Amino acid sequence: MVPFDRLEEAHARRSVLSDRSFIAAIYCATIVFVAVVVGLFVMLFAGSWPAIQSFGLKFFWTSSWNPVTSQFGALPMIYGTVVSSAIAILLAGFVGVYAAAYLADFAPRLVARPLSFLIELLAAVPSVVFGLWGLFVLSPVLRDRADPFLEAHFGFVPLFSGPIFGTSLLTAGVILAIMIVPTVCAISRDVIMAVLAEHREGSLALGATRWETMWRVILPGAKSGIFGACVLALGRALGETIATTMVIGNKPAIAASLFQPSYTLASVIANEFTEATTALYQSALIELGLLLFLVSMVVNGFARLLTWTVLRPSRGR
Amino acid sequence: MISPIPVPTTGQIHVPARAARLVVEDLTALYGNRVALAGVSIAFPEQSVTALIGPSGCGKSTFLRCLNRIHEAAGTATVRGRVLLDGQDIYAPEVNPIVIRRRVGMVFQRANPFPTMSILDDVTTGLRYAGRARTRMERVEQAERVLRMAALWDEVKDKLNQPGIALSGGQQQRLCIARALAVNPDILLMDEPTSALDPIATAQIEELITSLADAYTMVCVSHNMQQAARISDFTAFMLAGSDYVGHLVEVGETDKIFTRPQDQRTEDYITGRFG
Amino acid sequence: MRLRHLASGAGVVGSGLCAGIAAGILMLILAYVVREGAPAVNWSFLTGVPHPVGVPGGGVANGIVGSAIIVGLATVIALPIGTLTGIYLALYGRGPFADAIRFLADVLSGIPSIAIGLFAYTIFVAPFRHFSGASASVAFAILMLPLIIRTGEEAIGGVPKRVREGALALGISSYAATMHVVVPAARAGLMTGLLLAVARVTGETAPLLFTAFGSQFWELNPTNPMASLALQVFTYAISPYEDWHQQAWAGALLLILAVFILNVLARFALRSRTSR
Repeated sequence: MVPFDRLEEAHARRSVLSDRSFIAAIYCATIVFVAVVVGLFVMLFAGSWPAIQSFGLKFFWTSSWNPVTSQFGALPMIYGTVVSSAIAILLAGFVGVYAAAYLADFAPRLVARPLSFLIELLAAVPSVVFGLWGLFVLSPVLRDRADPFLEAHFGFVPLFSGPIFGTSLLTAGVILAIMIVPTVCAISRDVIMAVLAEHREGSLALGATRWETMWRVILPGAKSGIFGACVLALGRALGETIATTMVIGNKPAIAASLFQPSYTLASVIANEFTEATTALYQSALIELGLLLFLVSMVVNGFARLLTWTVLRPSRGR
Repeated sequence: MISPIPVPTTGQIHVPARAARLVVEDLTALYGNRVALAGVSIAFPEQSVTALIGPSGCGKSTFLRCLNRIHEAAGTATVRGRVLLDGQDIYAPEVNPIVIRRRVGMVFQRANPFPTMSILDDVTTGLRYAGRARTRMERVEQAERVLRMAALWDEVKDKLNQPGIALSGGQQQRLCIARALAVNPDILLMDEPTSALDPIATAQIEELITSLADAYTMVCVSHNMQQAARISDFTAFMLAGSDYVGHLVEVGETDKIFTRPQDQRTEDYITGRFG
Repeated sequence: MRLRHLASGAGVVGSGLCAGIAAGILMLILAYVVREGAPAVNWSFLTGVPHPVGVPGGGVANGIVGSAIIVGLATVIALPIGTLTGIYLALYGRGPFADAIRFLADVLSGIPSIAIGLFAYTIFVAPFRHFSGASASVAFAILMLPLIIRTGEEAIGGVPKRVREGALALGISSYAATMHVVVPAARAGLMTGLLLAVARVTGETAPLLFTAFGSQFWELNPTNPMASLALQVFTYAISPYEDWHQQAWAGALLLILAVFILNVLARFALRSRTSR
């Protein structure tokens, strides 16, 4: 073998060394990342342990939240979280999917692009800004106009009866809906476009109108992806903190009416964590955080499975 | 020109055994558990061009990629058998693949200038990372030397600081050849270097290959039989069986392979009966 | 027949209306933020620190600087970890471990920021019994990671394989081939991911409540409690004082400007890649 220049041989050996450390660095990074996710769970679990020990499962179905007597039941917050998110996903699902259908198929290019851009920017608005707007603009409008209207026409339903508050479950639901519309819309649009690409000619050739094609062929074909988008958006609504905290009224009680103030898991943590003086109080709040973590883990995992099968973001490897 | 002497091995494969710088013995290449090619033995005589031909999927590119250990860069890919470079097995455990790749250069199917580099940086990449050509003067000097060898100097000498990706396809490919030459390899591997080029650029590259054959041991995969006949001194024909595992069918002087092939399958291929 | 076409037309118009509503709400929010906030944005607002309750005026300069420090520190933490993990996924990422990381990154991006704030509290605030800007940076870094990882994988995976192999074939180390050839070629996509991640945490408030905590004063040391613009907007908004409300609107205007600029820059970075 022709002897390689010694300098270069040494240099090549150094290259192997630098390669090894590079690979080691890459693996370190991935391990740090995994450790962070695992650590999240472990630390939250460890932090909630005192509360888990003292309340057990009772924590989830009792409704007295009283720091003074150290009684902590999370039911009012669970109720508030579920109902505000349900309102949000009903409104945002409807508007978002229709908007997605429009942007994916019906809209002329010249309209679709700026509209998509605006809706994407809506997703970028910080939640504290939504909260601010919700508090000073939306909630007075709901209180003075929309809520009385609903009560006048649907007052026989308990949900729409009783005294009206500006900061209420309904206000929180509407703000959350605005916040998650971009999520529903953007993913649904991608899914609908993917399905459209498969069915481009088929149904139109059979004499169906564009709307009928969308309604009978495309949307059914895209339904698992759209469902995934909605689940993903729901996950975002469940965990949203600041905006909800600003408009929901922060009262740990279950009321039948949507016009009443309520509380959510996230907003109780936001409001009370720095004031939690006893270890048990703090632990109860961390347990709420653990609950949020686990629920959003499941919801997001489920949503990803639904959308992955359609969109395959990992280049199909 | 030294002619290869047929040596019968397992599978009646003719191995030119004299004055060969690169000798392959019973090579098997795998992707994970899938065998891509098996039992390939061949020698490449120095200062000559050996063309690898065969239908697509016969494993000729994979084979080429085993010769400079770039095959193993694809994650799960592994190799069995020996590849002797001047008598030393490049797959021996103590061998540094980086050293091998400096001695066995490679040109790819599609030109791959480095997207963010100027022509000067691109052509001297190998040198710079080997700790050679430290000053700009040295780099320009080296760049001129190899760009002249690649017949590209006159076209790019005024734009050495412009990006390589701004060049035409044929120029890009010659840039890549120059880049490979810059590290002073002994062997030059080419993987269908003209498959993405127009006829004029193809002719330029072919001319370049012929002129480089005086100084280098070259192995060139070609999809095009006429091209193989034009540029090569020796030709090896590969074929994948029904199990999709590639094998070497026949190797010999190009004239002989194209006029009097020994194997019926070679004849079928070069007369266009399949592939 | 005519009825069908009428129905179809109504459906198209209705869906267009939905898209219009979604975009219209953004315009509405922007309009309010500008109308309410712009009059309060002036020199002393941009350069001053908060005044005590009852003293008119004051500014958010300490919050702006605090946000910048917290986000900057978070970037310093998240960028190397995220980019290296992205490189792993793009270049070596096969098999169940890599898929698990992809899945975790996707799931982590949906974990509520308040839960991540609690995590940062338990490991960086509780042991020291001291709120700090740095603990907020850790929370923000975790929030940034999924975006940096997934866009990083996409950007690096988008560089043709032959570019990396071309570098390796010259006998340069895979470290140099990756960091000096592949990563520069992917820089537009990497930049986009980074900008989006920065934009995401710039407006983030919830985890700050019990990590950075907020401060009324100039504070440049990240081991101390720190002010943040987003946190100031929140505090001012839920306060009972009229002039603080106005400051909240003005702060929201700054926040929205910053986030939008980052988003537009991110798009711009991406376009410069595709137009090549």
